[in-house]
Amino acid sequence: MFVYYLVLALRSLRQNVGLTALMVIAVAVGIGASMTTLSIFRAMSGDPIPQKSRRLFVPQLDNFGPAAAGRIVSPLPADHLPPYMTYTDAMALMRAHPAERQAAMYFTTAAVAVPNSKALPLSGAVRATYRDFFTMFDVPFEYGAPWSAADDAARAPLVVLTRALNDRLFDGTNSVGRTVTLEDEDYRIVGVIQDWNPVPRFYDLGAAGGSAFAFISADQLFVPFTTAVEHLLVGGGGMQCPKIPATGKEGVLHSECDWVQMWVELPDARAARAYRRFLLNYAAEQRQLGRFNWTPRIALRNVRQWLAYHNVVSNDISMLALMSLAFLLVCLLNAAGLMLAKFMARSPQACVRRALGADNRAIFMQCLVETGMIGAVGAVAGIGLSILGLLIARGMFIRQIGMGPTPTGLTRLDGGDVVIAVLLSVGATLLAGLYPAWRATQVQPALRLKVQ
Amino acid sequence: MHIRPIVSALRRNKGGAVLIALQMAVTLAILCNAIFIVQQRVARTERPSGVDETDDFVIENQWIGTQANLVSLIQADLVALRAIPTVRDAYATNVWPFAFADPTIGITLHPDQPRSRKMAAVYLGDEHAMDTLGFKLSAGRNFNASDISDFRDASRVPPTRGILVTQALAEQLAPGGEVLGRVATLAPPAISAPIVGIIKMLQAPAVNRHVGNANAGNSIVLPYRFISQASYIVRAEPGRLAQALKVAPKALARVSRQRVIYQEFSLAEERHAAYSADSTLALLLTLVCLVLLAVTALGIVGLTSYWVSQRRRQIGIRRALGATRLAIMRHFQTENLLITAVGTVIGVALAVAGNLWIVERFAMGRLPYEYLLIGVAALLVLGQLAVLWPALRAASVPPAVATRNI
Repeated sequence: MFVYYLVLALRSLRQNVGLTALMVIAVAVGIGASMTTLSIFRAMSGDPIPQKSRRLFVPQLDNFGPAAAGRIVSPLPADHLPPYMTYTDAMALMRAHPAERQAAMYFTTAAVAVPNSKALPLSGAVRATYRDFFTMFDVPFEYGAPWSAADDAARAPLVVLTRALNDRLFDGTNSVGRTVTLEDEDYRIVGVIQDWNPVPRFYDLGAAGGSAFAFISADQLFVPFTTAVEHLLVGGGGMQCPKIPATGKEGVLHSECDWVQMWVELPDARAARAYRRFLLNYAAEQRQLGRFNWTPRIALRNVRQWLAYHNVVSNDISMLALMSLAFLLVCLLNAAGLMLAKFMARSPQACVRRALGADNRAIFMQCLVETGMIGAVGAVAGIGLSILGLLIARGMFIRQIGMGPTPTGLTRLDGGDVVIAVLLSVGATLLAGLYPAWRATQVQPALRLKVQ
Repeated sequence: MHIRPIVSALRRNKGGAVLIALQMAVTLAILCNAIFIVQQRVARTERPSGVDETDDFVIENQWIGTQANLVSLIQADLVALRAIPTVRDAYATNVWPFAFADPTIGITLHPDQPRSRKMAAVYLGDEHAMDTLGFKLSAGRNFNASDISDFRDASRVPPTRGILVTQALAEQLAPGGEVLGRVATLAPPAISAPIVGIIKMLQAPAVNRHVGNANAGNSIVLPYRFISQASYIVRAEPGRLAQALKVAPKALARVSRQRVIYQEFSLAEERHAAYSADSTLALLLTLVCLVLLAVTALGIVGLTSYWVSQRRRQIGIRRALGATRLAIMRHFQTENLLITAVGTVIGVALAVAGNLWIVERFAMGRLPYEYLLIGVAALLVLGQLAVLWPALRAASVPPAVATRNI
């Protein structure tokens, strides 16, 4: 019977190509627009590291004190907790080693060159961090491996490249063991990571409680934190200071300026509780030592809490997503109106079927099959439109903040998006077809047949 | 025109009419809010900066390693840049209009009153800054060469003989009063110096962070040559930006190759990049509105065409009984007007409700009533235009139809 309905639906759709096209276009445009924005919205609000997001935490410590709101120039998040840490605190947490894995990190830039190469040096984006960065965040390696904990302690001049930079400097060959120059010092390459661009870039969203760096893929080189502090610039990736630090690098390192990001991996709730206790004790101890004349508040947020805390999903995108859903509603109302017209125009045929013994349910089903077909075709066309829309969006995102390219993950239709698109369009058109289909069954066959 | 027969005809076609009215209502709600948002964003991107954006460009320079003689290197760079024939002027600085960076400082004329402190953007610049950026003074004087000192980092600030502030900041510092010649106290870093000139307008950088905030026009120019990872702002001779932009990095490379030119770009490009989120949103919403109007119009055409074909016989009878073509057209036009009227009433309610929600959720402005009027007018016109073709078809139904099929 279903096949018969399909044949009937096809025949009926072909009967009035203009009206059918109008309905398909309405559904496709609505689906295309809403899927484009929904896809970006989903990528922005998605979990960048689902397998671990409940186990990775950022500790925060209120080293600015209660008067921070008035004194700190850049705005802090609503709870006035600085998102970054001082070098002093980060090093204390690294030394105490209370977590399973932990990595302090910061962003800096350095002139990068290949020795004996004619090419001009380029400005490289450097992430200075610890070995645990790679294991904690499950960073996949193309060649080589992370440096060791001993290298961290020994301030070894080692570097891990991203695949993109390795392609640029070494044409994508295995460069492990070769040397690159950062500023004026040589670093041995120990590894090349695969394309790894978590969206949002949760581990460094940008200073000042904003999320300016959430949707860029900025890092090109990874260098041991200890080595970078000794040889490269510090505080370049955004620094917040309660007062101007003393001159030079030593001044910054011993200041109350916050510029180090800290991440820890805690396997379960018990470990998280223990770490929180540790943080509280550390804060109280610092007060006793006379560093603060207030009891510093602390916070421990996991990845999802961290992203929510930074309002990573921009208002613009949420608003656009809402607008496009409302737009989809208009398109569906439109399709419903057109379907009503179509079913009513065809009611004589339905009456003949009724007179020949088909019941109301059969007429209803036949109408819904026809509607579902429009929905399916609309979904396919809509997915095509949203791929186009995402391509346009991708072009628009580039150089939005002048910091680096947008990771492709943000503007790519994933499997989930496609499933949502198909379900949304078929479901929504069926819903839109319910009323017209019901109306089609309400016609009195006897009356209609008499008129004919 | 008789409304009653139209109403009773509509009553027999409730479903379609209700669907069109609802469609119009949601369209109106989206349209009003979208136009309002677009208008706000466009206004945001059109805020003036007070500088010459067409001829200015920025060279982001980064020294490799530690340079012992940074002062003479930067001096040599500036001499080289200013010597380029297509370049009018240049200076070394920390930040430029539309930059992402947001260096700010507190300033007050009454250091004993903490509440009198205002926040302002800090531009470092020498006596060439005014000519290079092209801002204008409304009072006082520009720096002269003897005012300028070298600024290495914020922990060792050399003494300052005078600063420039913008008109907007001056009005906040001394509402209705005179600020020229008065001593301002700045922190951090701690600086105390008289205000020697008032700048007509110089927008603070980080334009997106200053949207709708009182600091957007607050800028201070401090008489310092930035001796660090300095960037250069260069003003090309009128219309020669492209040539100057090409030659400048080469001129710098001749001074020293111990550097990375991180990027070079015109201020116009920087403005475009700074506002790209706003202009993208405005463009997308405009597109959504246009497609929305098209979809709604096509829906009206489709449904009305169906009604016309459904009522061919009745139209024929009316024509046979003496109704003119115009009367038939009027029937469908009035019918559409009624449906649109109902739709817009619901739509206005929806638009206001939607806006209230947007205000609460996204902290945006309240929808002014003009936008509702514009939206209603747009939909009334749209409805009438869309119904024109089906109405013309209805008017062309010959009276002879009445005699058939009976």
